[in-house]
Amino acid sequence: MREYLDFEKPLKDLEGRIAKLVKSKSKKNSVHEAIEKSTEQLAMMEEELFANLTPWQRSQIARHPQRPSISDYLEELTENMIELHGDRLYGEDRAIIGGLATWNARSIMVMGHEKGKSLKERMRRNFGMAKPEGYRKALRLMKLAEKFQRPILTFIDTPGAYPGVDAEQRGQAEAIARNLLEMVKLNVPIIAVVTGEGGSGGALALGVADRVLMLEHAIYSVISPEGCAAILWGDASKSSTAAAALRMTAPELLKLNVIDDIIPEPLGGAHRDLSLTAKNVSNILETYFKQLEKIPLPTLLKQREAKFRNLGSFSSLQAGAKKVKTANS
Amino acid sequence: MGWFKRSKQENSKESSVNIMEGMWIKCTVCRAIIFKREVDRNLKVCPKCSYHFPMLIAERVELLADAGTFQEWDADLVPNDPLEFEDTLPYKTRIQNAQRKTSRQEAILTGSCQIQEITVAVGVFDFSFMGGSMGSVVGEKICRAIDRAVIDHLPFLLVTTSGGARMQEGTLSLMQMAKTASAIANLQEARLPYVVLLTDPTFGGVTASVAMLGDIILAEPKALIGFAGPRVIEQTIKQRLPEGFQRAEFLLDHGMIDQIVSRKVLKSTLATLLSHCGAGAVPA
Repeated sequence: MREYLDFEKPLKDLEGRIAKLVKSKSKKNSVHEAIEKSTEQLAMMEEELFANLTPWQRSQIARHPQRPSISDYLEELTENMIELHGDRLYGEDRAIIGGLATWNARSIMVMGHEKGKSLKERMRRNFGMAKPEGYRKALRLMKLAEKFQRPILTFIDTPGAYPGVDAEQRGQAEAIARNLLEMVKLNVPIIAVVTGEGGSGGALALGVADRVLMLEHAIYSVISPEGCAAILWGDASKSSTAAAALRMTAPELLKLNVIDDIIPEPLGGAHRDLSLTAKNVSNILETYFKQLEKIPLPTLLKQREAKFRNLGSFSSLQAGAKKVKTANS
Repeated sequence: MGWFKRSKQENSKESSVNIMEGMWIKCTVCRAIIFKREVDRNLKVCPKCSYHFPMLIAERVELLADAGTFQEWDADLVPNDPLEFEDTLPYKTRIQNAQRKTSRQEAILTGSCQIQEITVAVGVFDFSFMGGSMGSVVGEKICRAIDRAVIDHLPFLLVTTSGGARMQEGTLSLMQMAKTASAIANLQEARLPYVVLLTDPTFGGVTASVAMLGDIILAEPKALIGFAGPRVIEQTIKQRLPEGFQRAEFLLDHGMIDQIVSRKVLKSTLATLLSHCGAGAVPA
């Protein structure tokens, strides 16, 4: 059963009208014509709607309850998955899953946030909001990948790191910071794919990679549009304004060099056709892993460091100094 | 007149900085009304509960550096407005306002100085500049300071106070966390000491990158330190937060920091610590 977002209501209405006409089983020519005309109109409407999405609409698609998650992609793309659990320090965090799997004839270490689909599963997965033990499990798996010289693939889809008393007590900030530092120096190729919601530090903790890719309607931001609206506008209803101001969509982040490429989604979003989306993901991953596998590791590490080092935008006041502007360049 | 103004200030949701302008101030932590001059004479420490009030950046340098040894680096770096961000005010205006207010270009001061004759590279966050938030310039200045530390074999000392990543630079601010972490990894490879002093308050993306990566992490008494802000946590868990939550003492109890150091002994503690870590002579 398809779930419609608010802005998809006109599509829903039209689809309902067509369904009614079809159901009438009328043999009248006029009905037949009406169905044909409406179907055409629907296709045009859909085309236009999704070609002109606002950043706020995109963020709604990115958070769609039926949005494909890491489990879906693993199911579609990999075999022989051995899931690995626990951080060996405190516990098992089900907001992040990971393990070894076969993908395109390679053994890879794969991990990512899992929000869950049903309410029960969402609660078990804490809505994809990891605690320190989640990030520490991810780091443990990355270190294993380094030991066995297996490339790392991460899927990012989280509202953010969990803001709770227990998470703070166990060092949420330290866990995220440690991942950033260790990932820069990991001696294996890393690719990160932002599949849905790239929520701040909790996303970046799996995002320090040689190539950062984003699905067409995914978002990646320093803060949620709601959080930003509440802090800067003092008004949570300004979320759509904040979503635009934050430049959190894939095309805008490509311009800012934060990401390297965009993975196309089927019309209406990834949830409309999982196997097509998964195929698109797999194809682009193959291209980039092939590219990375040709680069000697010391060079790869230097390039990874430089990639993040060059992110930012600033100028120098010094007379005659060339305007330093690394982003947009 | 003055009396009314003051009492109004005291009743409002005070930030310690605003209150510092009056003759009397109210301690942010113990709520005692204290004589401002007494606090100033006492290194801005509350005489009742020993809460360490925020220090101005110049005061911090004076406290830590041997007289006349501080040399600033990269003072010429200024922020751009890559997102052309505008909320209730354009980002450009916010930058100008902060620059006018602080007479500085950005939310961090970097440079070198001597601490009891040990030469160190330092970074000091400035909370009065847009809440000490980390955008592209802050990230770049930290990286450049660390580069110099690696070249000159200096320890790196970072004094933090920040609300986190700067929202007005969007995902580019988020990326400064990875960028600074990569510089710290180089410091680690060069086996140079990295000492962090957490001061009130340190939050968000700054805690989750540079602040928590110190080889040695010190904090000032009663400083608030965390990843998520207390209000966000309260809204999420819909419960009152435990007493002393996210204070330096709480972090010490949970194994997140090495020591809480009072300002009176901060400089000598740092000097001894740096000597133990291989900078300067072995402490006598």
